[in-house]
Amino acid sequence: MTNELLAVEANEKIAKSVYKMTLSGDCSAITAPGQFVNFRLEGKFLRRPISVCDWEPDRLTVVYKVVGEGTQAMSGWARGKRVDTLVGLGNGFDCAAAGDAPLLVGGGVGAPPLYGLCRRLRAQGRRVQVILGFNTASEAFFLEEFATLGVSTMVTTADGSLGQRGFVTDAMHGLQYSYFYACGPIPMFRAMERVAVGGGEYSLEERMGCGFGACMGCTCKTAGGSKRICADGPVLKREEILWT
Amino acid sequence: MDMKVTLSGWELSNPVIPASGTFGYGREFAALYDLNCLGSFSFKGTTLEPRFGNPTPRIAECESAVLNAVGLQNPGIAHVKAVELPEIRKFFGKKVIANISGFSIEEYVRCCRALEGEEQVGIVEVNISCPNVHSGGMSFGTEPGSAYEVTKAVKAATTKPVYMKLSPNVTDIAAIARACADGGADGLCLINTLLGMRIDLARRRPLLANRTGGLSGPAVFPVAVRMVYEVYEAVSIPIIGVGGVASAENVVEMMLAGATAVEVGAANLVDPYICKKIVESLPSVMEKYKIENLSEIIGGAHCNG
Repeated sequence: MTNELLAVEANEKIAKSVYKMTLSGDCSAITAPGQFVNFRLEGKFLRRPISVCDWEPDRLTVVYKVVGEGTQAMSGWARGKRVDTLVGLGNGFDCAAAGDAPLLVGGGVGAPPLYGLCRRLRAQGRRVQVILGFNTASEAFFLEEFATLGVSTMVTTADGSLGQRGFVTDAMHGLQYSYFYACGPIPMFRAMERVAVGGGEYSLEERMGCGFGACMGCTCKTAGGSKRICADGPVLKREEILWT
Repeated sequence: MDMKVTLSGWELSNPVIPASGTFGYGREFAALYDLNCLGSFSFKGTTLEPRFGNPTPRIAECESAVLNAVGLQNPGIAHVKAVELPEIRKFFGKKVIANISGFSIEEYVRCCRALEGEEQVGIVEVNISCPNVHSGGMSFGTEPGSAYEVTKAVKAATTKPVYMKLSPNVTDIAAIARACADGGADGLCLINTLLGMRIDLARRRPLLANRTGGLSGPAVFPVAVRMVYEVYEAVSIPIIGVGGVASAENVVEMMLAGATAVEVGAANLVDPYICKKIVESLPSVMEKYKIENLSEIIGGAHCNG
Protein backbone atom coordinates (compact mmCIF):
# COMPACT_ATOMS: atom_id res chain seq x y z
CA MET A 1 0.00 0.00 0.00
CA THR A 2 1.15 3.51 -0.79
CA ASN A 3 -0.40 6.92 -0.22
CA GLU A 4 -0.54 8.88 -3.49
CA LEU A 5 -2.02 12.05 -4.86
CA LEU A 6 -3.73 10.92 -8.05
CA ALA A 7 -5.03 13.33 -10.67
CA VAL A 8 -8.45 12.84 -12.25
CA GLU A 9 -8.13 12.50 -16.02
CA ALA A 10 -11.75 11.72 -16.89
CA ASN A 11 -14.95 10.98 -15.00
CA GLU A 12 -18.00 10.11 -17.07
CA LYS A 13 -21.38 8.49 -16.64
CA ILE A 14 -21.56 5.15 -18.48
CA ALA A 15 -24.92 3.79 -17.27
CA LYS A 16 -27.68 4.70 -14.84
CA SER A 17 -25.88 5.97 -11.69
CA VAL A 18 -22.63 4.33 -12.86
CA TYR A 19 -19.47 6.34 -13.54
CA LYS A 20 -16.10 5.48 -15.00
CA MET A 21 -13.16 7.51 -13.73
CA THR A 22 -9.54 7.38 -14.83
CA LEU A 23 -6.77 8.87 -12.73
CA SER A 24 -3.05 9.31 -13.32
CA GLY A 25 -0.27 8.93 -10.79
CA ASP A 26 1.83 6.21 -9.20
CA CYS A 27 -0.27 3.03 -9.12
CA SER A 28 2.65 0.62 -8.92
CA ALA A 29 1.42 -0.61 -5.52
CA ILE A 30 -1.43 -2.44 -7.27
CA THR A 31 -0.30 -6.01 -7.79
CA ALA A 32 -3.44 -8.00 -8.62
CA PRO A 33 -6.88 -7.51 -10.17
CA GLY A 34 -9.59 -7.40 -7.52
CA GLN A 35 -7.63 -5.08 -5.22
CA PHE A 36 -9.10 -1.73 -4.26
CA VAL A 37 -8.12 1.87 -3.53
CA ASN A 38 -9.32 4.16 -0.75
CA PHE A 39 -10.17 7.73 -1.73
CA ARG A 40 -10.20 10.65 0.69
CA LEU A 41 -13.16 12.99 0.21
CA GLU A 42 -13.55 16.56 1.41
CA GLY A 43 -16.00 16.81 4.30
CA LYS A 44 -16.06 13.06 4.92
CA PHE A 45 -14.13 11.53 7.78
CA LEU A 46 -13.66 8.01 6.46
CA ARG A 47 -12.19 7.21 3.08
CA ARG A 48 -14.25 5.49 0.38
CA PRO A 49 -13.03 2.07 -0.77
CA ILE A 50 -13.53 1.54 -4.53
CA SER A 51 -12.46 -1.54 -6.47
CA VAL A 52 -9.84 -1.29 -9.18
CA CYS A 53 -11.30 -1.86 -12.63
CA ASP A 54 -7.99 -1.72 -14.45
CA TRP A 55 -4.57 -0.21 -13.99
CA GLU A 56 -1.15 0.51 -15.42
CA PRO A 57 1.85 1.50 -13.27
CA ASP A 58 0.94 5.17 -13.81
CA ARG A 59 -2.79 4.96 -14.39
CA LEU A 60 -5.95 3.79 -12.62
CA THR A 61 -9.47 3.14 -13.84
CA VAL A 62 -12.36 2.73 -11.43
CA VAL A 63 -16.04 2.21 -12.14
CA TYR A 64 -18.39 3.08 -9.32
CA LYS A 65 -22.08 3.42 -8.65
CA VAL A 66 -23.55 6.44 -6.90
CA VAL A 67 -25.15 4.98 -3.79
CA GLY A 68 -24.69 7.70 -1.17
CA GLU A 69 -23.23 11.12 -0.38
CA GLY A 70 -19.63 9.99 -0.85
CA THR A 71 -20.03 8.48 -4.31
CA GLN A 72 -22.33 11.39 -5.24
CA ALA A 73 -19.48 13.78 -4.43
CA MET A 74 -17.05 11.63 -6.42
CA SER A 75 -19.29 11.86 -9.49
CA GLY A 76 -18.62 15.61 -9.49
CA TRP A 77 -14.84 15.31 -9.57
CA ALA A 78 -13.50 17.12 -12.63
CA ARG A 79 -10.37 16.58 -14.70
CA GLY A 80 -7.30 17.85 -12.87
CA LYS A 81 -8.67 17.30 -9.39
CA ARG A 82 -6.09 15.77 -7.06
CA VAL A 83 -7.27 12.91 -4.87
CA ASP A 84 -5.48 11.64 -1.75
CA THR A 85 -5.57 7.88 -2.35
CA LEU A 86 -4.38 4.77 -0.57
CA VAL A 87 -3.32 2.55 -3.46
CA GLY A 88 -3.04 -1.23 -3.65
CA LEU A 89 -5.31 -2.50 -0.87
CA GLY A 90 -6.55 -6.03 -0.34
CA ASN A 91 -5.41 -9.36 -1.77
CA GLY A 92 -7.08 -9.48 -5.21
CA PHE A 93 -7.91 -12.43 -7.44
CA ASP A 94 -5.55 -15.37 -7.75
CA CYS A 95 -4.78 -15.51 -11.49
CA ALA A 96 -2.68 -18.63 -11.07
CA ALA A 97 -5.74 -20.66 -10.11
CA ALA A 98 -7.57 -19.97 -13.39
CA GLY A 99 -6.87 -23.13 -15.39
CA ASP A 100 -7.27 -23.02 -19.17
CA ALA A 101 -10.93 -21.93 -19.32
CA PRO A 102 -11.97 -19.75 -16.38
CA LEU A 103 -15.46 -18.31 -15.95
CA LEU A 104 -15.95 -14.71 -14.77
CA VAL A 105 -19.33 -13.82 -13.26
CA GLY A 106 -20.22 -10.21 -12.50
CA GLY A 107 -23.41 -8.83 -11.02
CA GLY A 108 -24.16 -5.14 -11.61
CA VAL A 109 -21.35 -2.91 -10.40
CA GLY A 110 -19.44 -6.09 -9.53
CA ALA A 111 -18.41 -6.33 -13.17
CA PRO A 112 -15.55 -3.75 -13.23
CA PRO A 113 -12.87 -5.65 -11.25
CA LEU A 114 -13.49 -8.61 -13.54
CA TYR A 115 -12.41 -6.48 -16.49
CA GLY A 116 -8.88 -6.05 -15.13
CA LEU A 117 -8.85 -9.75 -14.28
CA CYS A 118 -10.10 -10.70 -17.74
CA ARG A 119 -7.43 -8.62 -19.47
CA ARG A 120 -4.68 -10.35 -17.51
CA LEU A 121 -6.11 -13.82 -18.00
CA ARG A 122 -6.35 -13.15 -21.73
CA ALA A 123 -2.73 -11.98 -21.75
CA GLN A 124 -1.84 -15.33 -20.22
CA GLY A 125 -3.65 -17.02 -23.11
CA ARG A 126 -6.61 -18.37 -21.15
CA ARG A 127 -9.91 -19.03 -22.87
CA VAL A 128 -12.13 -16.77 -20.74
CA GLN A 129 -15.94 -16.89 -20.56
CA VAL A 130 -17.82 -13.99 -19.01
CA ILE A 131 -21.34 -13.69 -17.66
CA LEU A 132 -22.60 -10.25 -16.70
CA GLY A 133 -25.93 -9.85 -14.93
CA PHE A 134 -27.90 -6.62 -14.59
CA ASN A 135 -31.37 -5.66 -13.42
CA THR A 136 -32.28 -3.97 -16.68
CA ALA A 137 -30.75 -2.73 -19.94
CA SER A 138 -30.32 0.87 -18.72
CA GLU A 139 -28.01 -0.35 -15.95
CA ALA A 140 -25.84 -2.46 -18.25
CA PHE A 141 -22.30 -1.34 -19.05
CA PHE A 142 -18.86 -2.58 -20.16
CA LEU A 143 -20.22 -5.05 -22.71
CA GLU A 144 -18.06 -3.56 -25.48
CA GLU A 145 -15.02 -3.40 -23.25
CA PHE A 146 -15.21 -7.11 -22.56
CA ALA A 147 -15.90 -7.79 -26.24
CA THR A 148 -12.68 -6.02 -27.23
CA LEU A 149 -10.77 -8.49 -25.06
CA GLY A 150 -11.94 -11.24 -27.37
CA VAL A 151 -14.00 -13.17 -24.87
CA SER A 152 -17.47 -14.63 -25.18
CA THR A 153 -19.74 -12.49 -23.00
CA MET A 154 -23.21 -13.58 -21.99
CA VAL A 155 -25.57 -10.99 -20.58
CA THR A 156 -28.57 -11.56 -18.39
CA THR A 157 -31.13 -9.04 -17.20
CA ALA A 158 -33.76 -9.70 -14.58
CA ASP A 159 -36.45 -8.09 -16.74
CA GLY A 160 -35.29 -9.51 -20.05
CA SER A 161 -34.63 -6.06 -21.57
CA LEU A 162 -31.14 -7.16 -22.67
CA GLY A 163 -29.63 -10.57 -23.32
CA GLN A 164 -31.04 -13.61 -21.62
CA ARG A 165 -33.93 -13.02 -19.23
CA GLY A 166 -33.08 -14.15 -15.71
CA PHE A 167 -30.02 -14.28 -13.52
CA VAL A 168 -26.35 -15.12 -14.00
CA THR A 169 -27.01 -18.60 -12.68
CA ASP A 170 -29.40 -19.25 -15.58
CA ALA A 171 -26.50 -18.59 -17.95
CA MET A 172 -24.17 -20.84 -15.96
CA HIS A 173 -26.19 -24.02 -16.62
CA GLY A 174 -24.35 -26.40 -18.91
CA LEU A 175 -21.17 -24.32 -19.10
CA GLN A 176 -17.83 -26.04 -18.81
CA TYR A 177 -15.16 -24.07 -16.95
CA SER A 178 -11.90 -24.74 -15.15
CA TYR A 179 -12.40 -22.26 -12.30
CA PHE A 180 -14.66 -19.30 -11.53
CA TYR A 181 -14.25 -15.74 -10.29
CA ALA A 182 -17.26 -13.76 -9.08
CA CYS A 183 -17.97 -10.22 -7.97
CA GLY A 184 -21.45 -8.99 -7.15
CA PRO A 185 -24.08 -8.98 -4.44
CA ILE A 186 -24.26 -11.70 -1.79
CA PRO A 187 -27.62 -13.11 -3.02
CA MET A 188 -25.93 -13.73 -6.39
CA PHE A 189 -23.13 -15.62 -4.64
CA ARG A 190 -25.62 -17.74 -2.73
CA ALA A 191 -27.43 -18.63 -5.93
CA MET A 192 -24.11 -19.42 -7.61
CA GLU A 193 -23.12 -21.74 -4.79
CA ARG A 194 -26.06 -23.99 -5.71
CA VAL A 195 -25.00 -24.43 -9.34
CA ALA A 196 -21.25 -23.76 -9.52
CA VAL A 197 -18.88 -26.69 -9.98
CA GLY A 198 -15.22 -26.93 -9.03
CA GLY A 199 -13.03 -24.28 -7.48
CA GLY A 200 -13.64 -20.56 -7.46
CA GLU A 201 -13.43 -17.33 -5.56
CA TYR A 202 -15.74 -14.50 -4.59
CA SER A 203 -15.00 -10.82 -4.00
CA LEU A 204 -16.83 -9.64 -0.90
CA GLU A 205 -17.92 -6.26 0.41
CA GLU A 206 -18.27 -4.86 3.91
CA ARG A 207 -18.43 -1.45 5.54
CA MET A 208 -14.82 -0.55 6.29
CA GLY A 209 -13.09 1.76 8.69
CA CYS A 210 -9.47 2.02 7.56
CA GLY A 211 -9.27 -0.33 4.57
CA PHE A 212 -5.80 -1.61 5.46
CA GLY A 213 -6.28 -4.00 8.35
CA ALA A 214 -5.91 -1.82 11.42
CA CYS A 215 -9.39 -1.30 12.86
CA MET A 216 -11.04 -4.73 12.58
CA GLY A 217 -14.19 -2.98 11.35
CA CYS A 218 -14.90 -5.38 8.46
CA THR A 219 -14.10 -8.78 9.94
CA CYS A 220 -16.07 -11.85 8.90
CA LYS A 221 -16.02 -15.44 10.08
CA THR A 222 -14.55 -17.92 7.62
CA ALA A 223 -13.66 -21.60 7.60
CA GLY A 224 -10.11 -20.43 8.31
CA GLY A 225 -11.02 -18.22 11.26
CA SER A 226 -11.65 -14.47 11.45
CA LYS A 227 -10.66 -12.55 8.33
CA ARG A 228 -10.56 -8.84 7.62
CA ILE A 229 -12.35 -8.22 4.33
CA CYS A 230 -10.03 -5.26 3.66
CA ALA A 231 -6.67 -6.91 4.29
CA ASP A 232 -7.21 -10.70 4.15
CA GLY A 233 -9.82 -10.22 1.38
CA PRO A 234 -11.80 -8.85 -0.33
CA VAL A 235 -11.39 -12.02 -2.40
CA LEU A 236 -12.01 -15.26 -0.55
CA LYS A 237 -11.82 -18.78 -1.92
CA ARG A 238 -15.13 -20.55 -2.26
CA GLU A 239 -14.30 -23.08 0.44
CA GLU A 240 -13.33 -20.38 2.94
CA ILE A 241 -16.74 -18.73 3.01
CA LEU A 242 -19.33 -19.76 5.58
CA TRP A 243 -22.71 -19.46 3.88
CA THR A 244 -24.75 -19.28 7.07
CA MET B 1 14.09 21.62 22.07
CA ASP B 2 13.00 18.80 24.37
CA MET B 3 10.02 16.57 23.52
CA LYS B 4 10.69 13.97 26.21
CA VAL B 5 7.97 13.04 28.69
CA THR B 6 7.98 10.57 31.55
CA LEU B 7 5.19 8.16 32.47
CA SER B 8 5.73 6.52 35.86
CA GLY B 9 9.51 6.52 35.50
CA TRP B 10 9.43 5.45 31.84
CA GLU B 11 10.92 8.13 29.63
CA LEU B 12 9.39 8.50 26.16
CA SER B 13 11.25 10.35 23.40
CA ASN B 14 8.03 12.22 22.65
CA PRO B 15 4.42 12.12 23.88
CA VAL B 16 2.86 10.70 20.70
CA ILE B 17 1.30 7.26 21.13
CA PRO B 18 -1.09 5.54 18.67
CA ALA B 19 -4.20 4.56 20.61
CA SER B 20 -5.43 1.04 21.18
CA GLY B 21 -7.89 -0.27 18.62
CA THR B 22 -6.64 1.92 15.80
CA PHE B 23 -3.18 0.44 15.38
CA GLY B 24 -3.65 -3.33 15.66
CA TYR B 25 -0.41 -4.82 16.93
CA GLY B 26 1.57 -2.36 14.83
CA ARG B 27 2.31 -4.57 11.81
CA GLU B 28 0.23 -2.74 9.20
CA PHE B 29 1.92 0.54 10.13
CA ALA B 30 5.42 -0.88 10.47
CA ALA B 31 5.13 -1.76 6.78
CA LEU B 32 4.69 1.98 6.07
CA TYR B 33 7.20 3.73 8.32
CA ASP B 34 9.72 3.15 11.11
CA LEU B 35 7.58 3.10 14.25
CA ASN B 36 10.57 3.91 16.44
CA CYS B 37 9.82 7.60 15.86
CA LEU B 38 6.81 7.17 18.18
CA GLY B 39 6.85 7.61 21.94
CA SER B 40 5.29 4.15 22.15
CA PHE B 41 2.09 2.51 20.91
CA SER B 42 -0.87 0.97 22.68
CA PHE B 43 -1.77 -2.38 21.18
CA LYS B 44 -5.23 -3.68 20.32
CA GLY B 45 -7.42 -4.35 23.37
CA THR B 46 -6.65 -7.90 24.40
CA THR B 47 -8.72 -10.28 26.50
CA LEU B 48 -7.93 -13.58 28.18
CA GLU B 49 -9.71 -15.61 25.47
CA PRO B 50 -9.82 -14.90 21.72
CA ARG B 51 -12.87 -12.89 20.65
CA PHE B 52 -14.52 -12.51 17.24
CA GLY B 53 -16.28 -9.33 18.29
CA ASN B 54 -19.64 -8.07 17.08
CA PRO B 55 -21.45 -8.86 13.83
CA THR B 56 -21.05 -6.41 10.94
CA PRO B 57 -21.73 -3.64 10.10
CA ARG B 58 -19.39 -2.45 12.81
CA ILE B 59 -18.52 0.93 11.31
CA ALA B 60 -20.57 4.04 10.55
CA GLU B 61 -19.44 7.37 9.17
CA CYS B 62 -20.27 10.52 11.18
CA GLU B 63 -19.47 14.23 10.92
CA SER B 64 -15.72 14.49 11.66
CA ALA B 65 -15.95 11.18 13.46
CA VAL B 66 -16.49 7.45 13.17
CA LEU B 67 -18.82 5.22 15.12
CA ASN B 68 -17.47 1.73 15.76
CA ALA B 69 -18.80 -1.39 17.41
CA VAL B 70 -15.92 -3.79 16.82
CA GLY B 71 -16.48 -5.37 20.22
CA LEU B 72 -12.95 -6.20 21.32
CA GLN B 73 -12.02 -8.54 18.48
CA ASN B 74 -8.63 -9.95 19.44
CA PRO B 75 -6.67 -13.23 19.31
CA GLY B 76 -6.40 -13.63 23.10
CA ILE B 77 -3.54 -12.97 25.49
CA ALA B 78 -1.72 -16.28 24.88
CA HIS B 79 -1.48 -15.57 21.14
CA VAL B 80 -0.36 -12.01 21.80
CA LYS B 81 2.46 -13.31 23.99
CA ALA B 82 3.46 -16.12 21.65
CA VAL B 83 3.10 -14.35 18.29
CA GLU B 84 2.42 -10.61 18.44
CA LEU B 85 4.99 -9.51 21.01
CA PRO B 86 7.87 -11.37 19.26
CA GLU B 87 6.65 -9.88 15.97
CA ILE B 88 6.57 -6.38 17.48
CA ARG B 89 10.13 -6.84 18.70
CA LYS B 90 11.26 -7.16 15.07
CA PHE B 91 10.19 -3.63 14.18
CA PHE B 92 9.85 -1.77 17.47
CA GLY B 93 12.77 -1.34 19.84
CA LYS B 94 10.80 0.46 22.53
CA LYS B 95 8.33 -0.78 25.11
CA VAL B 96 4.66 -0.94 24.22
CA ILE B 97 1.53 -0.18 26.17
CA ALA B 98 -0.52 -3.33 26.69
CA ASN B 99 -4.23 -2.55 26.53
CA ILE B 100 -6.22 -5.29 28.25
CA SER B 101 -9.91 -5.84 28.86
CA GLY B 102 -12.07 -8.31 30.71
CA PHE B 103 -15.52 -9.49 31.61
CA SER B 104 -14.77 -10.16 35.25
CA ILE B 105 -12.16 -8.91 37.71
CA GLU B 106 -10.61 -12.36 37.53
CA GLU B 107 -10.06 -11.98 33.76
CA TYR B 108 -8.36 -8.61 34.18
CA VAL B 109 -6.11 -10.13 36.83
CA ARG B 110 -5.20 -13.16 34.71
CA CYS B 111 -4.40 -10.93 31.70
CA CYS B 112 -2.11 -8.82 33.89
CA ARG B 113 -0.36 -11.85 35.30
CA ALA B 114 0.19 -13.23 31.81
CA LEU B 115 2.08 -10.06 30.87
CA GLU B 116 4.07 -9.83 34.08
CA GLY B 117 7.29 -11.29 32.68
CA GLU B 118 7.15 -9.44 29.35
CA GLU B 119 9.94 -6.86 29.26
CA GLN B 120 8.43 -5.31 26.14
CA VAL B 121 5.42 -4.09 28.10
CA GLY B 122 6.04 -0.69 29.69
CA ILE B 123 2.55 0.01 30.98
CA VAL B 124 -0.59 -2.05 31.38
CA GLU B 125 -3.53 0.04 30.17
CA VAL B 126 -6.66 -1.40 31.73
CA ASN B 127 -9.74 -0.79 29.61
CA ILE B 128 -12.74 -0.38 31.91
CA SER B 129 -14.56 1.64 29.29
CA CYS B 130 -15.35 -0.39 26.15
CA PRO B 131 -18.90 0.61 25.17
CA ASN B 132 -19.32 -2.23 22.68
CA VAL B 133 -19.52 -5.33 24.84
CA HIS B 134 -22.62 -6.20 26.78
CA SER B 135 -21.11 -7.28 30.05
CA GLY B 136 -17.82 -6.28 31.59
CA GLY B 137 -15.99 -3.54 29.72
CA MET B 138 -17.63 -0.21 30.39
CA SER B 139 -19.73 -1.54 33.27
CA PHE B 140 -16.57 -1.54 35.41
CA GLY B 141 -15.75 2.03 34.55
CA THR B 142 -19.03 3.84 35.07
CA GLU B 143 -19.26 3.43 38.83
CA PRO B 144 -16.51 4.45 41.31
CA GLY B 145 -16.90 1.32 43.47
CA SER B 146 -16.21 -1.16 40.67
CA ALA B 147 -13.50 1.05 39.14
CA TYR B 148 -11.76 0.96 42.52
CA GLU B 149 -12.14 -2.83 42.80
CA VAL B 150 -10.68 -3.54 39.35
CA THR B 151 -7.79 -1.14 39.94
CA LYS B 152 -6.95 -2.68 43.30
CA ALA B 153 -7.09 -6.21 41.90
CA VAL B 154 -4.85 -5.52 38.88
CA LYS B 155 -2.37 -3.53 40.97
CA ALA B 156 -1.98 -6.59 43.19
CA ALA B 157 -1.42 -8.78 40.10
CA THR B 158 1.40 -6.86 38.42
CA THR B 159 4.54 -4.91 39.15
CA LYS B 160 4.12 -2.87 35.97
CA PRO B 161 2.61 0.60 36.05
CA VAL B 162 -1.17 0.34 35.78
CA TYR B 163 -3.07 3.00 33.83
CA MET B 164 -6.85 2.81 33.94
CA LYS B 165 -8.60 3.78 30.70
CA LEU B 166 -11.73 5.73 31.56
CA SER B 167 -15.11 6.09 29.90
CA PRO B 168 -16.58 9.50 29.07
CA ASN B 169 -20.06 7.99 29.41
CA VAL B 170 -20.41 9.03 33.05
CA THR B 171 -21.86 12.00 34.90
CA ASP B 172 -18.70 12.68 36.91
CA ILE B 173 -15.44 11.43 35.43
CA ALA B 174 -13.45 13.04 38.25
CA ALA B 175 -15.15 10.73 40.75
CA ILE B 176 -14.16 7.66 38.71
CA ALA B 177 -10.62 9.03 38.37
CA ARG B 178 -10.34 9.52 42.14
CA ALA B 179 -11.61 5.97 42.74
CA CYS B 180 -8.90 4.60 40.43
CA ALA B 181 -6.25 6.71 42.15
CA ASP B 182 -7.48 5.47 45.52
CA GLY B 183 -7.25 1.92 44.20
CA GLY B 184 -3.57 2.48 43.51
CA ALA B 185 -3.58 3.33 39.77
CA ASP B 186 -0.23 4.68 38.57
CA GLY B 187 -1.94 6.75 35.91
CA LEU B 188 -5.08 7.27 33.86
CA CYS B 189 -5.88 7.22 30.18
CA LEU B 190 -8.90 9.16 28.94
CA ILE B 191 -11.19 9.21 27.11
CA ASN B 192 -12.50 6.04 25.50
CA THR B 193 -15.24 6.48 22.88
CA LEU B 194 -18.59 8.15 23.45
CA LEU B 195 -21.66 5.95 23.17
CA GLY B 196 -23.59 6.80 20.01
CA MET B 197 -25.98 5.56 17.32
CA ARG B 198 -26.76 6.11 13.64
CA ILE B 199 -30.01 5.05 12.01
CA ASP B 200 -30.34 3.87 8.41
CA LEU B 201 -33.16 5.91 6.88
CA ALA B 202 -34.06 3.31 4.26
CA ARG B 203 -34.20 0.38 6.66
CA ARG B 204 -35.41 2.45 9.62
CA ARG B 205 -33.10 0.47 11.86
CA PRO B 206 -29.85 1.28 13.66
CA LEU B 207 -27.02 1.18 11.15
CA LEU B 208 -24.69 -0.86 13.33
CA ALA B 209 -25.57 -4.51 13.94
CA ASN B 210 -24.76 -3.87 17.60
CA ARG B 211 -27.21 -0.91 17.47
CA THR B 212 -24.87 1.36 19.45
CA GLY B 213 -21.19 2.08 18.99
CA GLY B 214 -18.39 4.27 20.26
CA LEU B 215 -17.78 7.68 18.70
CA SER B 216 -14.24 8.87 18.06
CA GLY B 217 -12.46 11.33 15.81
CA PRO B 218 -11.95 15.11 15.75
CA ALA B 219 -15.58 15.70 16.79
CA VAL B 220 -14.88 14.37 20.30
CA PHE B 221 -11.64 16.31 20.87
CA PRO B 222 -13.23 19.15 22.91
CA VAL B 223 -14.98 16.59 25.13
CA ALA B 224 -11.66 14.84 25.76
CA VAL B 225 -9.85 18.10 26.52
CA ARG B 226 -12.55 19.09 29.01
CA MET B 227 -12.40 15.72 30.77
CA VAL B 228 -8.60 15.67 30.93
CA TYR B 229 -8.77 19.20 32.37
CA GLU B 230 -11.27 18.11 35.03
CA VAL B 231 -9.42 14.95 35.95
CA TYR B 232 -6.09 16.81 36.18
CA GLU B 233 -7.57 18.90 38.95
CA ALA B 234 -8.99 15.85 40.74
CA VAL B 235 -5.94 13.55 40.90
CA SER B 236 -2.17 13.83 41.04
CA ILE B 237 -1.26 10.78 38.92
CA PRO B 238 -0.23 11.21 35.26
CA ILE B 239 -2.84 11.30 32.52
CA ILE B 240 -2.59 10.04 28.96
CA GLY B 241 -4.96 12.24 26.98
CA VAL B 242 -6.84 10.62 24.11
CA GLY B 243 -9.84 11.55 21.97
CA GLY B 244 -9.89 13.16 18.55
CA VAL B 245 -6.23 14.15 18.45
CA ALA B 246 -5.13 14.69 14.85
CA SER B 247 -2.35 17.30 14.89
CA ALA B 248 0.67 18.54 16.83
CA GLU B 249 -1.44 21.53 17.93
CA ASN B 250 -3.96 19.08 19.40
CA VAL B 251 -1.12 17.36 21.28
CA VAL B 252 -0.03 20.66 22.82
CA GLU B 253 -3.64 21.53 23.71
CA MET B 254 -4.17 18.16 25.38
CA MET B 255 -0.96 18.60 27.38
CA LEU B 256 -1.98 22.10 28.46
CA ALA B 257 -5.22 20.53 29.75
CA GLY B 258 -3.14 18.18 31.88
CA ALA B 259 -1.98 15.22 29.79
CA THR B 260 1.58 13.96 30.18
CA ALA B 261 1.35 11.96 26.96
CA VAL B 262 -1.19 11.86 24.16
CA GLU B 263 -2.74 9.01 22.23
CA VAL B 264 -3.86 9.36 18.63
CA GLY B 265 -6.78 7.13 17.64
CA ALA B 266 -9.26 7.46 14.80
CA ALA B 267 -6.92 9.68 12.78
CA ASN B 268 -4.72 6.61 12.11
CA LEU B 269 -7.57 5.01 10.19
CA VAL B 270 -7.82 7.88 7.73
CA ASP B 271 -4.15 8.84 7.43
CA PRO B 272 -1.91 5.90 8.31
CA TYR B 273 1.07 8.25 8.52
CA ILE B 274 -0.58 10.73 10.91
CA CYS B 275 1.44 9.83 14.04
CA LYS B 276 4.74 10.19 12.19
CA LYS B 277 3.55 13.52 10.78
CA ILE B 278 2.56 14.73 14.26
CA VAL B 279 5.96 13.78 15.71
CA GLU B 280 7.72 15.54 12.83
CA SER B 281 5.66 18.71 13.13
CA LEU B 282 5.84 18.98 16.93
CA PRO B 283 9.13 20.95 16.97
CA SER B 284 7.77 23.69 14.70
CA VAL B 285 4.59 23.95 16.74
CA MET B 286 6.67 24.11 19.93
CA GLU B 287 8.74 26.85 18.37
CA LYS B 288 5.65 28.79 17.34
CA TYR B 289 4.30 28.74 20.90
CA LYS B 290 7.71 29.27 22.48
CA ILE B 291 7.85 25.89 24.17
CA GLU B 292 11.41 24.82 24.93
CA ASN B 293 10.59 21.79 27.04
CA LEU B 294 7.34 19.97 26.29
CA SER B 295 6.95 18.39 29.71
CA GLU B 296 6.90 21.85 31.28
CA ILE B 297 3.55 22.69 29.69
CA ILE B 298 1.66 19.78 31.26
CA GLY B 299 -1.40 21.26 32.96
CA GLY B 300 -0.31 24.72 31.85
CA ALA B 301 -3.88 25.82 31.09
CA HIS B 302 -4.88 25.61 34.75
CA CYS B 303 -4.93 28.77 36.84
CA ASN B 304 -2.30 27.32 39.12
CA GLY B 305 -0.51 25.61 36.23
